[in-house]
Amino acid sequence: MTLVFAPIFENWPLLLDGALVTLRLAAVATLMGFVIGTLCAIGRNSNMRWISVLCAGYVEAIRNTPFLVQIFLVFFGLSSIGVTLSAFTVALISLTINVGAYSGEIMRAGFNTVHAGQWEAAECLGLSRAQVYWHVVLRPAIERVYPSLTSQFILLMLASSITSQISVSELTGNANYIQGISFRPMETYITIGAIYFGLALIMRFAFWLIALVIFPRRRRLGTSI
Amino acid sequence: MPTFGLTHLQFLLEGAIWTIALSACAFFGGALMGLLIALCRVSQLAPVRGIAWAYIQLVQGIPLLVIMFAGYFGLPALGIQVSPLMAATLSMTVWVGAYFGEFWRGAIQAVPHAQWEAAECLALTSTQRMFKVIIPQAVRNAIPGTVGFMVQIVKNTSLASAVSFVDLTRAGQLINNSTFQPFVTFTVVALIYFALCYPLSVLSQRLEKRMARGVRSA
Repeated sequence: MTLVFAPIFENWPLLLDGALVTLRLAAVATLMGFVIGTLCAIGRNSNMRWISVLCAGYVEAIRNTPFLVQIFLVFFGLSSIGVTLSAFTVALISLTINVGAYSGEIMRAGFNTVHAGQWEAAECLGLSRAQVYWHVVLRPAIERVYPSLTSQFILLMLASSITSQISVSELTGNANYIQGISFRPMETYITIGAIYFGLALIMRFAFWLIALVIFPRRRRLGTSI
Repeated sequence: MPTFGLTHLQFLLEGAIWTIALSACAFFGGALMGLLIALCRVSQLAPVRGIAWAYIQLVQGIPLLVIMFAGYFGLPALGIQVSPLMAATLSMTVWVGAYFGEFWRGAIQAVPHAQWEAAECLALTSTQRMFKVIIPQAVRNAIPGTVGFMVQIVKNTSLASAVSFVDLTRAGQLINNSTFQPFVTFTVVALIYFALCYPLSVLSQRLEKRMARGVRSA
């Protein structure tokens, strides 16, 4: 019952490749999902009832069903109606839809923290609704919920492991292959567990750096994120 | 080729029962683990606090799917035989324990400091203080978050399908393999999950609002 890691490390190009695919999935889905989430949060505050109901329905449907089922629905569903996309594309679409709902809920909380006086002042200045969001509300809202967004995007990176179930060759998918040829499952999963942990640390650091750039006010005041 | 019918629905519902069973196992296993971790996190001994902190950080940085694979494929390779249910329960316990540990530490530390001091003045031992004074009050703080996390538990039991545990998701895959009607099958699967999770989500939100009201009036 000894752990031997050498056969795992022999396959380091596969591990590196998988980690890069995981990071790429996470980065693209984070960007697109954040945009969708923000639009969805704006939609939920909309005066048009059907838009807000639609956005609320989207958020609740995604947040109350497992990601694995969502990805199966997209993957097998699309192929059954004749739309054949690569597993990577399907993974990207499903991850984006999924994280869009979660970041939508977070951004809604963020918009709610912006003081009513700010909204009213902006309106009094004759700004359009789009201008109010863009120039007045968006940045402080993101600033307030930035830690929650960071955690959510890291959870998204970890959840991308689930895309191995539709044969995407990301880190977990490659690990399944490595454990199949090396017959050392425990060592394989310990290794990629450590890699995921490292990726989570890297993301945390990256978000901290981004915060330094996009929140100059905080930097001046010396408040931490 | 068979089309999606009542027998399939029945098969899915049987799968749903296993999903609920696994969720219950994960909840109770995770609750025990979480309580242990939370108590370690507020321990007076720095090394104990450190170990619990490291455990939480580590588990929260690793995907549940990887923990599950390590349990199901890894343990037998080390000579420990596990059934899919056992592997899934163990992995979920490890994973849920880390999250509950962190929630409940917060709940314990949110109990006003005067309560700790008062218990000490009454000459209670530290065990008595924790179990008779602090935890009963911490439970109240912890309920909304715990209920909310039960949604995550139910949803994440779907990953047990990857270690050949026939839960709701796996049942859906099996039906899809025989009927080739993915839209119908996985929509029904998603609806059943929704029916399990949505009441918990609503309950958690209501509890949160109620607690907030209690704080304001106090």
